[in-house]
Amino acid sequence: MSQCLLCENDTAVQSWRGFFGAKAPVLCNICLNQFEKIDGPTCEVCSRPMDQKGICPDCAAWEKNIFISNQSLYHYNEAMKALIARFKYRGDYALAEMFAEDVRAMAKKAACDLVCAVPLPPSRLAERRFNQSEALIEMAGLPHTPLLARHESDKQSKKSRAERIEAEQTFYPIGNAAGKSILVIDDIYTTGATIRLVAEALGQAGAVSVKSITIARSGS
Amino acid sequence: MTNFSFFSGRELTDEEIPTISDLHLFAARPGLSDLPHCHRCGNTSTFSSHPCARCGKRCTYCRNCIEMGKISSCTTLYRWTGPEPEHPEKAGTLHWSGILSTGQKTASDNVWRAIQNGSEHTIWAVAGAGKTEVLFEGIAAALSDGKRVCIAAPRADVVRELAPRLEKVFPDTSPAALYGGSPDRHIYSPLVISTTHQLFRFYEAFDVMIVDEVDAFPYTFDQSLQYAVQKARKPDSSLIYLTATPETSWQSEIQSGRRDATLIPARYHRKPLPVPNMVWCGNWKKSIVPASVLNWVKEKEKEKALIFYPHIDTMNKALPIFKNINPRIESVHAADPLRKEKVEAMRRGDVPILLTTTILERGVTFPGIDVAVVGSEDRVFTESALVQIAGRAGRSADCPTGNIVFFHYGKTGAMVRAIKQINEMNTLGQKRGLLDP
Ligand SMILES: [Zn+2]
Ligand SMILES: [Zn+2]
Ligand SMILES: [Zn+2]
Ligand SMILES: [Zn+2]
Repeated sequence: MSQCLLCENDTAVQSWRGFFGAKAPVLCNICLNQFEKIDGPTCEVCSRPMDQKGICPDCAAWEKNIFISNQSLYHYNEAMKALIARFKYRGDYALAEMFAEDVRAMAKKAACDLVCAVPLPPSRLAERRFNQSEALIEMAGLPHTPLLARHESDKQSKKSRAERIEAEQTFYPIGNAAGKSILVIDDIYTTGATIRLVAEALGQAGAVSVKSITIARSGS
Repeated sequence: MTNFSFFSGRELTDEEIPTISDLHLFAARPGLSDLPHCHRCGNTSTFSSHPCARCGKRCTYCRNCIEMGKISSCTTLYRWTGPEPEHPEKAGTLHWSGILSTGQKTASDNVWRAIQNGSEHTIWAVAGAGKTEVLFEGIAAALSDGKRVCIAAPRADVVRELAPRLEKVFPDTSPAALYGGSPDRHIYSPLVISTTHQLFRFYEAFDVMIVDEVDAFPYTFDQSLQYAVQKARKPDSSLIYLTATPETSWQSEIQSGRRDATLIPARYHRKPLPVPNMVWCGNWKKSIVPASVLNWVKEKEKEKALIFYPHIDTMNKALPIFKNINPRIESVHAADPLRKEKVEAMRRGDVPILLTTTILERGVTFPGIDVAVVGSEDRVFTESALVQIAGRAGRSADCPTGNIVFFHYGKTGAMVRAIKQINEMNTLGQKRGLLDP
């Protein structure tokens, strides 16, 4: 018998499938049905759902960067919001397991040389006890190459708010990625600003291209 | 940090007490034992682990109580070892001029005695008997003696309903009402009304522990809430249980005298409990609103009724059919954002009939209603759920009767036992002279 990660329900597989060694799912059907997978046409760069395939205006407006594309698994609906909050802020590491299989499959398809996490500033990491991005990589059973670190973000900065949001680069390289293609895994893709800063820092480490996989795609 | 009284009786994580310098006044223990066993919630089975950036080791954490803040191997729990705050003057003065019924008086005396002796006692009081008033004398005596008292209830809405009633009768010891997100959660009071969940943050704090609605979900189902009750009370404290319909094992313990209990088999208004009828209604999952149910609604042009469905989906399918009879009929379920508004509208008489899942089985009262249960053989309708549901009818003295029907597609033991329990209460009430002729 195995229990759903979110409720008390039993998730045991139907007997004939279990007989052939099928693994019991991590969530029960009731919990699983609250989450919406992204399918149908999306932006080729950022995974935003669209009426037809193509490149969305936001992505068209970004300056050229070694960042190639992001792929997201789920819509950021209320249930996903609650789930990610429990995973990231409450610190329920075990929840990363429900994404493991999909992340592994998507990582294989992305066919990059190295997998790297989005680092947290040291104080934030100590507060949360783990980095959600690393947790997703570990649970998916992928080898992690730490190529980046992150400064404490300077909240008292005299820069204007707009400048800070636009340009505050807190990531810096700590490894060598010369000539490599890099896959970054994180929880949410919102505006694409973070992943482009990550890509810039990876470029400083010598990387030639960056792709990302995120659990959820927020924003419209 | 000047006001230490807040910490008295509480056990908190390092994160919950960030700015303390006088740590020598606190006793400390790890959040988890090696088994592992969570010292806050008692969980011994639901854990996970990960490489921990705080302690540098692979750290285990409790998944059971994580919504209250994470307890990991590297978490320390602190509890106050300084002196307990003094009670305010006149703490135990009771401001209440009501009169107890004969049944209530016996119960009140027994609660008082249990509190004096530090023993355990169960009050089995039918819905409408007035169980809260039974506590007043005992609580007053306890507060006068400088004892700290806790009433634990299974749900936040019960806490919110109880708090103002106790505030009124004990104005000198304004109770702290504790539930997730409550404004009182940083307040110290010798009188605490708390959800069973919030008890996890207490350690040997109370001289008197009163557990309301012991039969209610989730108390009976959740071992960890029982752990919370035991952890929050002092070793030599008294323990009072309140229930309208104890589970089968408790019933037999009470009947055989192995559990010390007082029964109040009659309502305050001294009229017998209305007894449910059973009506076979065929496959209601197919018909959704069986003909017999439709007739029941139309027959008397029901002015006020609650109709219980076992599941949201069948209830949602039934609603449009009922709206054909009267468009003002509404439905309500646990996650309904308009739940409060709809219950209020029912109370005002704007909604004549309310379809509901089991969430309205207890707590709410509407004067003069009839009650139907559609699909009463479903397993959500346990004996105690059905007794509670029947207890919604005939509550007011002006209108002490009410028509209750269990519409079923096959009788269950729970239905039969519920009706038997209600009949037994009426017989007992009669025998003890608690009912008017
Ligand atoms: Zn589930
Ligand atoms: Zn895009
Ligand atoms: Zn716990
Ligand atoms: Zn740790």
